[in-house]
Amino acid sequence: MRNPQSAIENPKSRAMLLAALYIAQEQYGWLNPEAIRRVADRLNLTEGQVRSTASFYTLFKLEPQGRYRIQVCEGLSCYLVGGAEPMMDFISKKLKIKPGETTPDGKFTLEVVECLAACDLAPALKVNDELYGQMTAEKIDALLEELRNV
Amino acid sequence: MFEPILTRNIHRPNSEKIATYLAHGGYAAVKLALTKTPDELIEMVKRSGLRGRGGAGFPAGVKWGYMPKGAGIQKFVAVNTDEGEPGTFKDREIVERDPHQVIEGVIIAAYAVGASRAYVYIRGEFFLGVKRWIKAIADAYEYGFLGRNILGSGFDLDMSVHRGAGAYICGEETAMLESLEGKRGNPRLKPPYPAQAGLFGLPTLVHNIETLACIPHIVERGPEWFASIGTAESKGPKIFSVSGHVNRPGNYELPLGVTLREIIYEHAGGIRGGRELKAVIPGGASTPMLTASQIDVPMAYETLKAAGSELGTGAIVVLDVTTCMVETARRLTKFFAHESCGRCTPCRIGSQRLYETLDRIESGKGTMDDIDRAVELARGIDGITFCPMGAMLVNPARSAIQHFRPEFEYHILNKHCLVCKSKERNYG
Ligand SMILES: Cc1cc2nc3c(=O)[nH]c(=O)nc-3n(C[C@H](O)[C@H](O)[C@H](O)COP(=O)(O)O)c2cc1C
Ligand code: FES
Repeated sequence: MRNPQSAIENPKSRAMLLAALYIAQEQYGWLNPEAIRRVADRLNLTEGQVRSTASFYTLFKLEPQGRYRIQVCEGLSCYLVGGAEPMMDFISKKLKIKPGETTPDGKFTLEVVECLAACDLAPALKVNDELYGQMTAEKIDALLEELRNV
Repeated sequence: MFEPILTRNIHRPNSEKIATYLAHGGYAAVKLALTKTPDELIEMVKRSGLRGRGGAGFPAGVKWGYMPKGAGIQKFVAVNTDEGEPGTFKDREIVERDPHQVIEGVIIAAYAVGASRAYVYIRGEFFLGVKRWIKAIADAYEYGFLGRNILGSGFDLDMSVHRGAGAYICGEETAMLESLEGKRGNPRLKPPYPAQAGLFGLPTLVHNIETLACIPHIVERGPEWFASIGTAESKGPKIFSVSGHVNRPGNYELPLGVTLREIIYEHAGGIRGGRELKAVIPGGASTPMLTASQIDVPMAYETLKAAGSELGTGAIVVLDVTTCMVETARRLTKFFAHESCGRCTPCRIGSQRLYETLDRIESGKGTMDDIDRAVELARGIDGITFCPMGAMLVNPARSAIQHFRPEFEYHILNKHCLVCKSKERNYG
C-alpha cells in the first residue's frame, strides 16, 4: 500500500479529479468517505486534496442527498416575478423540511441555488438535472405529486 | 429589421444537429479559413473590431496576437461556457441550440494561434448543454472537422468537454484554468496572462462562446462587414438576455448600439402590467444599475461606460416601480459574498460585511451611518482584490445607493420598505 500522505501529484491525473468526483457521486449518491478514498487512490492524490477540492464546488455533496434534489433559484430575476423565497417557503411547507434538509424517507432534499441561467423562464427550479420554468403553485403541486408517486 | 446572425439557426427544428448546421452553410468558414495564413486570420479579427462577450470586452484580435508564435510550443484554446453572471442566459441557449457554430469558431481560432487542443469548460448545472457539447464534438470528429489533418489541411485539433461543478468564480478565466487542472477554482494573479502561461503553464487563448460564435461570420463575410454593424467602438451583433419585469423575457440578438429603450419596449414587449420603469441592470448582476431616465443610452461599451455602467455580458434585468432597491442590492451582494472564493481578505470579509450592512438596512435594523458604511466598504474593496471580482461585487450596492439613497433612508427611518408591500406573491 502506498502511503497516501506522500502522493506525488501528476498534472494529467489531477486534471481528471472533477470528472472522477462526478462518477463517484453518481455511484454512491454522495461523496462519502469511501468515495473520496477511492478517488484519491485512483488519481494518486491524498484524501485531503480530494476533499478540499470537492468542498469548493457546490455540486459535490459531502452529505447524503435525497433521491430528488429540489433546487429553488433565489436569483434576482426569479425573485422579481414572485419566485425565490416565497416559492421556497411554499415547497418547504409542503415537504415539511427547511432548505438544506432531506425528508425522513430520503425522497426529497431542498436546496437554495443561484441564478440557473434560465431567467427567461423565471421563476425557475431544478429537480436533479432537470430544469422547470415559469413555476406556479399549481405546477409545483403537480410536480411534487408526480415525484411522490414514482 | 435586423437580420439575426448568431441566432439565425436556433429556431429551426433540430438546430443543434450537424446536418442542420451543414444544410445552412455550416463549416464553410472553416474551409475558407484553412486556405488563409494564421496571420491573415488574426489580422481579420483585429480589423473586425470584435470584443470579448464574456464581460470584459477585450479586443479579440489583440488577444490572438498575444499568443506566442511558432510551431514548437504546445498551445491551447479554452472555451468558456461557465455562464454564471446572474441575469445571463445567452450561452446556455447557444450551446443547447447551435453548438456547431461555436466549434467552427474554435477550429478557426485554434488554427490561427497554432493550438492543437481545445478544452471546453461548461457550467456543471448545464446538463442539456453538456450533452449537446459532447454530441456536437463527436459529430464534428466524424465529419472530419476535428482530429488529424482537418479537411486535408495538415492541421490537427482535438477537443473535449469538462464540467464545472457549481462555482461562479470559475467563469473568471484563470480560475477556470485551475478548475480544468482539477483544482479548487482560485483565480491566479495576472500577469502572466493566459496567453503567456495558461493551462498547465502553456499559452492558452480563452474565449467566451458568444465571441467564438462570431468568428465564422467574420471569416465568411469579411471584417469590414462585421465592423459595419454597431458603433465606433462596439462592433457586431450581440445577444441580449432580457429578464425581470418585462412582458417577453428572452434572448434578443441586435446590433450593438441599439438603445436600452428599444430593447425593453419594442423587443421585450414593455413592462408587465403596463407599470412604470424604475431601474435597469444593463450588463449582468455585476454592472452598475441605471435609472429609468437613462434608458436612451445605446447598448455599447463606450456609451454605457459614459453613463456610469458597463456592457458586461449584455444581460438586462428590468425593474419596475414595485421593486425595492435595497432588497435588490442586498440580494445581489449576498450572491457575490457567497461566491467569493475566499482567497483574499477584502473580497471575502468585505463582501460579507457589505452584505450584512445591506441586510440590516433592508430588515429595518439599520442606522443612518450604515449607508455611508456601505459606501466606505465598497471603496475599500474596489481595486485592491486579487481578481476583478472585487470591483464587480461592489456595483449593485454602490449604484443603488447612488441612485436611490432616499429609499435606503426610508428603510432606516420607518423600519420598513416603501414598495415591498406591493410585491407580487403567487405562493402560500
Ligand atoms: C468573477 C468573474 C466571473 C466571470 N465569469 C465568466 C463567465 O461565466 N463566462 C465568461 O465567458 N467569462 C466570464 N468572465 C470573464 C473571463 O474572465 C474572461 O474575460 C473571458 O472568458 C474571456 O473571453 P472573451 O474575451 O471572449 O470575453 C468572468 C470574469 C470574472 C472576473
Ligand atoms: S434568477 Fe433564477 S434563473 Fe436567473
